[in-house]
Order: sequence, then C-alpha cells, then structure tokens
Amino acid sequence: MHKIAVMGSRTSVYGFAALGLDTYFVTEAEEAVKLIRQLEREEYAVIYITEAVAAQIPGELKRIAEQPVPAIIPIPGVQGNNGMGMNAVRDNIIKAVGSDI
Amino acid sequence: MASTHVNPTRMELTRLKKKLVTARKGHKLLKDKRDELMRQFMELVKVNKELRKKVEDGIAAANKDFALAAAVMGDEAVKTALLAPKQSVSLQVSERNVMSVEVPVFDYKTGTAGENDIYSYGFIETSADLDTAVASLSAVFPDMLRLAEVEKSCSLMAAEIEKTRRRVNALEHVMIPEYMDKIRYISMKLDENERSTQIRLLKVKDMMLEKNYAAKHAEG
Repeated sequence: MHKIAVMGSRTSVYGFAALGLDTYFVTEAEEAVKLIRQLEREEYAVIYITEAVAAQIPGELKRIAEQPVPAIIPIPGVQGNNGMGMNAVRDNIIKAVGSDI
Repeated sequence: MASTHVNPTRMELTRLKKKLVTARKGHKLLKDKRDELMRQFMELVKVNKELRKKVEDGIAAANKDFALAAAVMGDEAVKTALLAPKQSVSLQVSERNVMSVEVPVFDYKTGTAGENDIYSYGFIETSADLDTAVASLSAVFPDMLRLAEVEKSCSLMAAEIEKTRRRVNALEHVMIPEYMDKIRYISMKLDENERSTQIRLLKVKDMMLEKNYAAKHAEG
C-alpha cells in the first residue's frame, strides 16, 4: 500500500493533515532533497510539494520526472501561486510538440 | 555521401537492401507510434491544464479559509485540532500501458465512513471557520489525486514522444538516405565492373581474330 506526502512550509501544508496525508515541514533545499530521497524509499507514490520549495530543487525534480513513481506535484503554498505548476505543464508540451501551443 | 567504405560486392548489396527494408518498416511503425502518442498526449494535456487550474484555485481558497480559522482561533489551537487526523488515505498504485509507456493509475480509499466524518476535533473549542477550511480542502483532494496521475502521465509521455521523434528523424534523415547512397554506390560499381569485363572480352576476341587473319595471310 502506498502513501501520500505533502511537504512545504508549515503554514502551507498543515491543513493537509486533516485529510490523513502525511505532512513534512521543510523550507530549505538541502532538507527537501534529503526528504524526497527518504520518501522515495518509503513507498510514497505521490508527493505534493509547495512551489516555493520546488523552485529550489529543479535538479531533483528532473531526476524523479523520469521514474514512474513517485509523482511529485507542485502545489501553491500560502504565499500564493507563482505559476510554476503551469510552467511545468507547458514545458511538457514544448518537450513533446517542439513548440508552445 | 557514402562516408564509410563499403565493399562493392553482391553479398553486401543484398545485405544493405535487407537493412533498408527493415529501416523503412521501423520508420513507419515509429512514426505511427509517435502520432498516436501525440494524439493521446494532447487529450491528456488539456485535462491536465484544467485540473491544475481547478486544484490551484481550490488550494488557494482553502489556504484562505485556514488563515481565517487561525486568525479566529489562534495558530496553536488550529494546530492542536489537526494533531490527530481521523481521516486516513491509502493509495493503490497500478500501471496502465499507453503505447508502451507505463503510466501510473492511482486508486485511493479513505479510512472514514462518510465524507462528513472528516473532522478530527470536538466542535466546542474550534471555530466554524476551521470546519469550512477542512471541508474545502477535502473537496479538492480527489482532483489533486487525479492531477497527480494526469500530470505524471503527461511528463512520462512527453519524454517518450521526444525519444520516439528523435528516432523517427534519425531513421528518416540519416539511416535511410545512407543506406540508399551505399546501395547506389555498390550497384554502380558492379555495373561498371560488368561493363569493363565485357569490353575486355571484346578486346581479346578482336586480338585473337587479328592474329588468325595475319597467320592466314602469311601462309598464302
């Protein structure tokens, strides 16, 4: 059985605990990378990460993107939406089609 | 453009012709694969965009509700209220094969009986704003999970499309023209050899005839 994690600044993610998701409070890039590696080993299939943290670790996200699990999904934090999630979708389109449509 | 040296032999020609046929077949198959992947990707990416917008808006709204609850009740009280979650989620991951790309499929089960049974705290010490916040977050959760599935599929398919497109282009613009050049070179060379043999034979025959003619005249 797989699990779902939410990581990000405390104020951004503590609400998800109410849904029964595992919440992890991180803000620094180094901690985030370490945590992702740990979660990967612990059979987490989905990891939601706030955009603020995700923006700091592009390399790690790229590495995970090539594996079927876990899926790392950027979500907006309390600071609001910085468009990173949508950009990721757009990047996929550019990669596949060769141009933005 | 025959950069690499090829032996102009019949055996090599047959081998290259076979290779060309295989390359053409592979090219056609890969092109079909790319087109079908692209079609499915386009559909999926549309869903992805819609879902992402929905989830981002939903989470932003929930964050506002949480901020409001924290303002009314105090940060510590909210934290305490959410300390022991009642809800639990378990995730079942299976894989679906889309044109040889393994994409994940997520099925989730919630631990509680009903959707109104998600509040992990007593209602006396907490504000109604917290209920709203938890409810709004729980409302976006199914979409969040679907987003995870769709977005992961999209990124895996995008990678596969890129790879396939590269292969198609390599076959179309490098491999197939190269084979064709080599085949042309070999068949020209073989033809040339044949012609030169023919000329040599004609020449030899002429020489022999001349020799005979000269011998006859010498006798007579």
